[in-house]
Parts: sequence; structure tokens; C-alpha cells
Amino acid sequence: MGVGINVEHLNAWYGTTHTLQDINLRLPANHATALIGPSGCGKSTFVRCLNRMHETNPIARATGVVKMGDLDIYKDADPVEIRRRIGMVFQRPNPFPTMSIYDNVASGLKLNGFRNRAVLDETVERSLKSAALWEEVKDDLKKKSGASLSGGQQQRMCIARALAVDPEVLLMDEPASALDPVSTSKIEDLIFQLKSQYTIVIVTHNMQQAARVAENTGFFLNGKMVEFDSTHKIFTNPKDKRTEDYITGRFG
Amino acid sequence: MSTNPFHVPPGGDGTPARAPINMRSRWMRINSARRYAVNHLISGLALLSTILVIVPLVAILVYLLYKGASSLNLAFFTHIPAPVGEPGGGMANAMVGSGIVLLVASLMGIPVGIGAGVYLAEFGRGKALASAVRFTADVLNGVPSIVVGIAVFGLLVEGRHYSAFAGGVALAIMMVPTITRTTEEMLATVPHAIREAALGLGVPKWRTVLSVSLKTASPGIITGCMLAFARVAGETAPLLFTAFGNQFWSLSLTQPIAALPLQIYAYAISPYDEWHRLAWAGSLVLIVMIMVSVTLVRIYASRGMLKGAS
Repeated sequence: MGVGINVEHLNAWYGTTHTLQDINLRLPANHATALIGPSGCGKSTFVRCLNRMHETNPIARATGVVKMGDLDIYKDADPVEIRRRIGMVFQRPNPFPTMSIYDNVASGLKLNGFRNRAVLDETVERSLKSAALWEEVKDDLKKKSGASLSGGQQQRMCIARALAVDPEVLLMDEPASALDPVSTSKIEDLIFQLKSQYTIVIVTHNMQQAARVAENTGFFLNGKMVEFDSTHKIFTNPKDKRTEDYITGRFG
Repeated sequence: MSTNPFHVPPGGDGTPARAPINMRSRWMRINSARRYAVNHLISGLALLSTILVIVPLVAILVYLLYKGASSLNLAFFTHIPAPVGEPGGGMANAMVGSGIVLLVASLMGIPVGIGAGVYLAEFGRGKALASAVRFTADVLNGVPSIVVGIAVFGLLVEGRHYSAFAGGVALAIMMVPTITRTTEEMLATVPHAIREAALGLGVPKWRTVLSVSLKTASPGIITGCMLAFARVAGETAPLLFTAFGNQFWSLSLTQPIAALPLQIYAYAISPYDEWHRLAWAGSLVLIVMIMVSVTLVRIYASRGMLKGAS
């Protein structure tokens, strides 16, 4: 089951650039939340702060409180453990090129020293089914490299890989921006199904996509969160003039 | 509006609306003839360079076969050198000796080289120690092999005696810089996105380096190790004061040991025709040994490659 995330006074820097300025946000459990905004507004940095990937960059820094349920992830937890519980799907599919499809999906478990074959088999099958990829790849699971799949298949494999470690939250950083419309719609269907079990945060440049998959939407601009509300409200009756300008296409 | 200078927007009748068509096409014609010529010139130069690279290798092999093959016989591979004045004899001890010295060198040089390369690429980015290691490796790469031999002589041989181990250490020192820099460069070509994928799955950093970065870069790293191996396999100078050479059988790491390059050197500068012929045969065997071991490692390394793996 998913778990909610509570963000209080989150600030983030890259070197001296203040990328995120005092973000306060509640991400409800088992809902999909979309983050929209022009390029460079801090959406990606924000999701990277949620699973402590931000700090893997040596010049990056973050302050504030991020709570997953009752757990303060910056104070009471190990970043490696947090990343296991908060999965991430990246903008471009990033399969491990030396691994088979099977090993790619099982990598989160295998690289953490898990070796039980029966459980691995079962997890790989379940994850690939959840990611709507099982039927397409079940015959060459161990024969083909993950990098040999098409872009859309690779991205669904990366989603399966993230699901295989059984996270509670799934962060998706523009998961469909490098894909064609057919693959995009498959990914969206998938998000729609997955949100019954996971808390999903999806960064997107595509406002129709936000409208299709997310209950709530947050609008980011220049490192600040301008507005956060139900998706319906944001797209039909935004409170802030800047949100309205952005969604009507007047800038960005 | 397109900024592409080759894009001609169509006019109402389907003809380009921008430039007079006859001028454009003449310009294109002249230009395409020039491009055609340049394209073929460059391709030709590339082909010529390739041939120039291959010719010396083939020439050396053919010449060695011509000079050395006739002296190759079973005794060459099974006997130790015959005493001066007696015909026959072989280089069995030198082949085994080379194998032992190279094994010692590889066991020390490859782990140290790869380890230093991993530090430079994965952990030392932007650190002062990394710059120092990188600089040292580059300088070490330029140190003449005879100097390495003398240095190891001073460290391990002086006051004790010549040994196979000292020879191995000298060759290991020569292998390290090549392996370190190749490992660093190969790791740098591994896309950052793949490391992030592993970190994002909750895989610890050390495990990511080991099972993802190193594994992805392994074909290049193996090539680097083979280059280093092939380079030191034929080195004579670092062995002169370390392994020293031996006319008899020795498998001990603490005793002087024969090695093919040393044996070739000793025979080549001797006044006897018979020994000259053996030196040719030894050279042929040395080159074939290097080629075979490089090929075997390549075959072994490419085993189990997956369909579509990059």
C-alpha cells in the first residue's frame, strides 16, 4: 500500500543556485499527483529531494522536512533504504545494458544480495505484468538485453524494475517525454492502474497528461510552488494568475 | 520559420519561392562535386592509414615466420638451452619463466590498476588526491622501462638476489598506469543515467560501482588490461636486473628465472649462428604467445553476451 508524503519548508541548492524555495506540500497516499511548470522551475529537483537522489550530486544540498508517513526521511533514515521504499522512474529509459530483461527487472533485489530463485521468478513475472510488458517479453526474458527493447518497452521495463523492489511511493520524472504517443498512452494507462497500490508523483510537461492521470496538480515556477489543488480546479479555475497564464499557454 | 538554409518553401506552383531555381541548382552542383571529391579523398586517406597500420604487423609476422619457423621443433618447446658449443636445445624454461613472471605481474598490476581507475572515476572526482594519482600515473607511463628495472633492483634485489618475484613487480609497475587510465576513461563513458538507475533502486554505492559501472565498462577495461599485458610481455629492460635470466629450470619465485625476451636478447647478441636462429624462433614464439593470450581473453570476455547488448 502507498503512504502519504508531507513536505515542509523544503529548500534545495545546486552550488549557490537556490533551486527550490520553501516548498510546502501534502501528497496523499494512493493518489497520483502531477507537477507541472516550465523547464528549470524545480520540478525534477523536487522529486529528487523526495527520495534523496538530490544529494548524490556532490554540489547539491537540501534543507527542510520530508515525512513519509511518520518517518522523517532526512533525519531518521538511511538514504539507501529510502530509495528502496520510494521508487523512481527517470525521464529517459535507463536499462542496464549488460543485463537481460529478467536481470534488469530483478536488479533491485539481486544487487541487494537477494538470491532466492523462486521468489525472483515470481517477482519478475508479477512486476512485468503490472507494467503491462509481460506478454511482449515473456519468451526472451533471459535471452535479450534490456537495451534491445524499443523505447516504450524499455520505459515499461524500468517501471517494472522500480515496482520489483515493492516501493510504497513511485516518483516519475517525465516518464513519457521521450516516447511516442502509443507508448505514452500505455504508460498513462499503467499509472492509472498503479495508483490504487502506490502513491504516485509524476512530473510532466504535458498538461493533458496531468489532467488524465492525476487527482491533484501542483504548479511550479522559478523554484516556488505557485499553486496546489485538485487537478480539476487547477485546469478550470486556477486561483493564481500565473497558473492561468501557464495552462492557457501564454508562456512556458 | 525554418532556419535551415537548405529548406526551400514551395511557391504556389510548387516551385521554390525563395531563390531563383537556376542559381540554386548551379550552386548545389558545384558544391556537390566538391563534396564528392572531399568525401572520397578523406575516405581514401583513412583507408591508406589503415593499411599503413597493418603492414608493419604483417611484415614482422611474415619475417619472423621466414627466419624462425625452420628452427622450431619439439625440442625447442621441451628442452632447456644447450651448453655453448653443443647443438640443439630449446627455450622451454624461458617460456615457462615468462609465464610465471607475467602471472605475478598481472596478479599485482591488474587489481591495483583497476582499483586506482575506479577511485579516479567514481570516488575521487574533483579531489586533490585524484589529480595527484592521475598525474603520477601519467608520469609513470613515461618512465623508461630500464629505469623501472633499476628502481626495482634497488628495492628488492640489492642485498638479496635476483628473483622471479622482482621481475613480476617490475612488470606490474609498468602495467599499472595504462590500466588505471583506461579503467578511468572507460568508466567515464558509462552513462550517468545507469548509475542513477541503480542508486534509485536502493542499491548501495559500492555495489553500483561493482555490478553496474564496472560491468558496463568491462569490455573496454579488459582491452586495456590486455594492451598492458601485451606491452610488458615483450619487455626486456625491466627484467635485466630483476628476473636476470636463467639457463636452467627454475619455478621458484625467489630465484633468478629465465624469460623469453631475456633469452632472445642473450642469444641475439651472441656470436653463434645456431643461437641466432634460436633467437628468431623465440621471437616468433613470443609474438604468437601474446596473440594467443589476447585472443583467448577476448573470446572468454565476449562469452555470454546478450542479444542487443551494447
